[in-house]
Amino acid sequence: MKNFEYAAPRTESEAVALLSDQPGHTEILAGGTDLVGLMKKMVVQPERVVYIGGVPSMKGVAPTADGGVRIGAGTTLDEVLDSPYVQAYPGITQAIRGINSMQLQCQGTFGGDICQRARCWFFRNGHGLLADGGRIAADGAGELHAIFGNRGSARFVNGSRIAPALIALGAEARVIGPAEGEEHLIPLDAFFRTPRHERERETVLEPNQLLTHVVLPPASGHSGAYEVRHGEGPDYPLAASAASLDIRGGVVRDARVVLGQVAPIPWVSQAAADAIRGLAVSEATAEAAGDAAVADATPLSQNEYKVQLAKVAVKRAILLAAGLETGGF
Amino acid sequence: MTESRNKSGPESGFSRRSFLQGTGAIAAATALSAQVAAEEKQAAAVAAGSSEITVTVNGTKQKLKIENRETLLDVLRNRLDLTGAKPVSSDGSSGASTVIVDGKPVMASTTMAVTCDGKSVQTVESLGGKNVDAVCKAFVANDAQQCGFCTPGFVVAVRAFLDKNPDATEQQIRAGLNGNICRCGTYVGIIGAAIDVVKGGA
Amino acid sequence: MVEYYWPKREDSEVIGKPLNRLDGIEKTTGAAKYTYDINLKKQLVAHALGCPHAHCKIVSIDTSAAEKTPGVVHVEVLPHAAPGSEIKWQGELLVIVAAESEGAAAEGVKNLEVKYEKLPFWVDAEDLAGAEAAGQTAKAGGKAETEKEPGDDDDEDEFIDAEIERLFKQSKHVLEGYYGIDAITHCCLEPHGSNVTWNDGSVTAYLSTQNVSGTDDGFARDLELTADDVEVICQYIGGGFGSKFAPDYWGIAAARISKATGRPVKLMLSRDQELKIAGNRPAGYIKVRLGADDNGLVHVWDSQQWGTSGDNGGGVSHGVIPYVLVPKNYRRVATGVKTNTARSRAWRAPNHPQACAMSQTAYDDLARIMGKDSYDVFMTNLVNAQGAKPEVYAEEMKVGAKLIDWKAKWHPHGKGARRGSIVDGLGMALHTWGGTANTSSCLLKIYPDGGVESFCGTQDLGTGTRTVCAQVLAETLGLKVNQVKVNIGTSKYPNSGASGGSTTVGAVSESHRRAAQDAIASIFEKAAAQLECDAGDLEAKGGKIQVKGDATRSLEWKKACTLLGMKPLEVTSSYERGAPSPLSNSGVGGVQMAHVEVDTETGVIKMKTFVAVQDQGLVINPKTCKSQIYGAVIMGIAAALYEHRIMDNATGAFVNAELSEYKLARLGDIGDIIVELYEPESERSRGVIGNGEPPAISPIAAIANAVCNALGTRVPVAPFTPKRVLEALKNARA
Repeated sequence: MKNFEYAAPRTESEAVALLSDQPGHTEILAGGTDLVGLMKKMVVQPERVVYIGGVPSMKGVAPTADGGVRIGAGTTLDEVLDSPYVQAYPGITQAIRGINSMQLQCQGTFGGDICQRARCWFFRNGHGLLADGGRIAADGAGELHAIFGNRGSARFVNGSRIAPALIALGAEARVIGPAEGEEHLIPLDAFFRTPRHERERETVLEPNQLLTHVVLPPASGHSGAYEVRHGEGPDYPLAASAASLDIRGGVVRDARVVLGQVAPIPWVSQAAADAIRGLAVSEATAEAAGDAAVADATPLSQNEYKVQLAKVAVKRAILLAAGLETGGF
Repeated sequence: MTESRNKSGPESGFSRRSFLQGTGAIAAATALSAQVAAEEKQAAAVAAGSSEITVTVNGTKQKLKIENRETLLDVLRNRLDLTGAKPVSSDGSSGASTVIVDGKPVMASTTMAVTCDGKSVQTVESLGGKNVDAVCKAFVANDAQQCGFCTPGFVVAVRAFLDKNPDATEQQIRAGLNGNICRCGTYVGIIGAAIDVVKGGA
Repeated sequence: MVEYYWPKREDSEVIGKPLNRLDGIEKTTGAAKYTYDINLKKQLVAHALGCPHAHCKIVSIDTSAAEKTPGVVHVEVLPHAAPGSEIKWQGELLVIVAAESEGAAAEGVKNLEVKYEKLPFWVDAEDLAGAEAAGQTAKAGGKAETEKEPGDDDDEDEFIDAEIERLFKQSKHVLEGYYGIDAITHCCLEPHGSNVTWNDGSVTAYLSTQNVSGTDDGFARDLELTADDVEVICQYIGGGFGSKFAPDYWGIAAARISKATGRPVKLMLSRDQELKIAGNRPAGYIKVRLGADDNGLVHVWDSQQWGTSGDNGGGVSHGVIPYVLVPKNYRRVATGVKTNTARSRAWRAPNHPQACAMSQTAYDDLARIMGKDSYDVFMTNLVNAQGAKPEVYAEEMKVGAKLIDWKAKWHPHGKGARRGSIVDGLGMALHTWGGTANTSSCLLKIYPDGGVESFCGTQDLGTGTRTVCAQVLAETLGLKVNQVKVNIGTSKYPNSGASGGSTTVGAVSESHRRAAQDAIASIFEKAAAQLECDAGDLEAKGGKIQVKGDATRSLEWKKACTLLGMKPLEVTSSYERGAPSPLSNSGVGGVQMAHVEVDTETGVIKMKTFVAVQDQGLVINPKTCKSQIYGAVIMGIAAALYEHRIMDNATGAFVNAELSEYKLARLGDIGDIIVELYEPESERSRGVIGNGEPPAISPIAAIANAVCNALGTRVPVAPFTPKRVLEALKNARA
């Protein structure tokens, strides 16, 4: 690891003031479960590390005035999981449980999961975020890579475990900076972006902006998340989905369906939502929504199988959201 | 330096200039001296290449001067000769470096030591000595170790898991201890050990 | 002349008892010091640069920036990486940087400037046609056997061709299948490495090794010393499955750097280097055709196999194909695929797990096409079983079937009940292994005050070596295990063979039993005078030397030892590998059965139950013995479902060389594992036989067969990942 300057601010504004406007110059450290490994391999080499674990205002889960919930980006995942305010959002608790490592849950933070770097072994082995303009993943060992949103150079997948559920629930990100007092509330689906060149990152955050909180609207309706996991380890799922359903009179009035681990961003599937809207949830209608979700998938040479997994993940997330059995593991 | 930073509360406005004046040697080492002027407005202390931290390790307060780039695992193993926690994976995926920080199990290999300033760290060594912990004894009774390299990390994980779930069922044990890897394949013994500790009420 | 023997089962006080391992508390509390844990005063920490390319020429290496990195003390370009050298696989170490700290060493490596000329590479072991087109293949042998002999005038090849075709024509059932298993790495959790001190012509090396007694000469040879100048120490080793037999060139380099700097040098491989270069198991793929009669008795086998051991081709040895069940007529041909990957090293039962997975799968497929119970087809073919006695396999099959409830759970392939998208299946396989005792010497000291201490240059891979030694000594001397002190783990102790080939428990049981029997014979001589009896009438039992059958005529152990006079009794006794002995033997058989569930929508497989029935002759410690089997099975589950080396055809890189992507079985993945030690008197009376390897052989084939039974179609290549399961289901539908 390259050595670095270190600062541990106590307030959000102190933290923002410590960030450079130059990409890669400063890195924000919270739990360290993602960043530290990348620094050890010198994939990222910040000159300064700003540790936000000592910013009290970024920790904890609190109800909001309108009946929603505000989750500090520095809150550890186990604290979120145990919070009484989060139990009304089963999509979130299911996703955190899926991480399946007590240590990762205790060490990793809510914001850290959302801001984690790309899942791509080429990136993590030093080939850059886009790995030779995306050619390596397309021609080579791309079995874990994107099947959606992969027409540009970015073929990695976004690895966030909770983002699909958060987006399905209509969460917003509270972002501060770069100027003192500057504050933005960004719908979480607009928080992620597909980088077009190596200097762009996986989110819209400027280098000197900070994600401080995630704000959830009141829990209404039904939510569920399903991950296709190869084994019981804390390995990343092969595909994932979260669904949020507004079911009234036994019929889905509105739906949001989001896929994870299949695109450079959490992938919102309008087609799946459209397919289930107006229908009662059943094995057949959920399956049809899964089919709709993957109709426009564009697999690479090695990851055709992920289309099937994405389809099943959507189907099962919808079934779980409706309180039904998935029929599988 | 550490003391000063600890004193500087959220609103204390401890400027980089006063920090640098206090630690000239470190200021000389900074790679970013050209940017000092631009950072005048900053309110928190910035430590150049190294820091002094105070960490309570297994009940003993340790004042250490460390490089910022040292992980907690580096400091435990190389500075304090507490080698129970093991370096197995660089990204924390093995759980072999599991220690308890402020009551929670974390991977020392992905925890930067400098972030542990003021915190309390408990390593596997604290479970040994004169009063060997029930988890260690149950591991031995169930032969939950072969080569033993992953074992300390597993012991700490089981201890932390059972502290939180003292009445865990076998199913919960099987679901709750997947953050660690054993290459020799001692999982059967580990499951048995955890069940025994639950039964024994330890 | 002492006659060596084991006490009868009913007379054994310590042997055969499930004692806790003696170093358990050290291991569980972090007190046990592994090579990686050795911190010496003034030591330097060394990191190495691994080659980023699969095949290249080193054009130039500029070390100046690395040398100027703060904290860096010494930089060595390895001899095989000098400019102009050809490097044939990714990860090969090129330059070593020794520094004051881990951070400085890592930064020094980052500051090395190496120019490479990239060369064409081939890393795909499975694509035989592609490898042939690229000129990357070489013959790797073969053999044909037929019951009918060719006549004097026959061309042998033509005769075999015709005979094999004739046999297939006669066959009631003909099965054609494709099977394979990818390369996996040893992935020792403690990476290879050492902490070496050069001290004025002598070397002390803390080395993570399976071969304490046999690595001193390795250091000596490469450093132009003699073995007496070298001490290799390894009290604890963090994983060794066949890849840690030598100092390795990086250990020698650490010694050279210690010599150059005058300081101890600690060099442990990084995780990705450990996976890339420090040992892997050859990949193997096979096309099989077999013919069987009405009952499913296979009488002809014809196979073409290929695979890789690295740049030298190789692959899985054809010598164990078909595996265990060898029909009277067979032909096997092997091709090696030369890949730009690090060379293979011995891996827990070399060749056998792959051979089992490449041939007993075909037997199961035969059952599938016949619509028969796989158990019956295996039983029918036991007449052709090799390795262990057919009746041992047969008995073990019966025991295993009962434990897994085979009859109740069996359904024809693909015909099981479906629960949602989940189907279940049963599979089995059987295996054999030698497990002969290695050469071993033990120095036993018995002090006049009753103290007992042994010295042996062996090691503990996790076997429980110390515990086994103590049990054998205690049994023989009539003591408790805590009354004997066992010393192992340095090359300065009497020689004992490497721990490889399931040879350790046999080896140390031989040497320690012999030493203890030799010593107790001397004590009997002295005690006989006191007790006024014949030395031959004495026995050591319950802490006493006593007349057999008359406990009233006895001497307490301490009292008996005073008869030794002023000096301790010192006995060194040895066993030479291969010498016929009543204490040890070779050749075991084992049967394993798997019950799995498969989610047909996702291709995810979960273990339900796994049964392992294993013969290993006489069991010294059933607790540690069972641990070996549990561990072997879990390793097999990992190889069947999760782990493999993924080589990228685009870059030639081993892309998943970190534990986050190199997937191993976790605690929640293993289901219920039931182990039965098969130890009837007929097998126990053969003496001790190693069991570290045999139970690691069958799991992949047994699980493969269970998955096939569940799905009704074969997933040909292990590991059976969701990707491969879904692809197999898709192919079956097509």
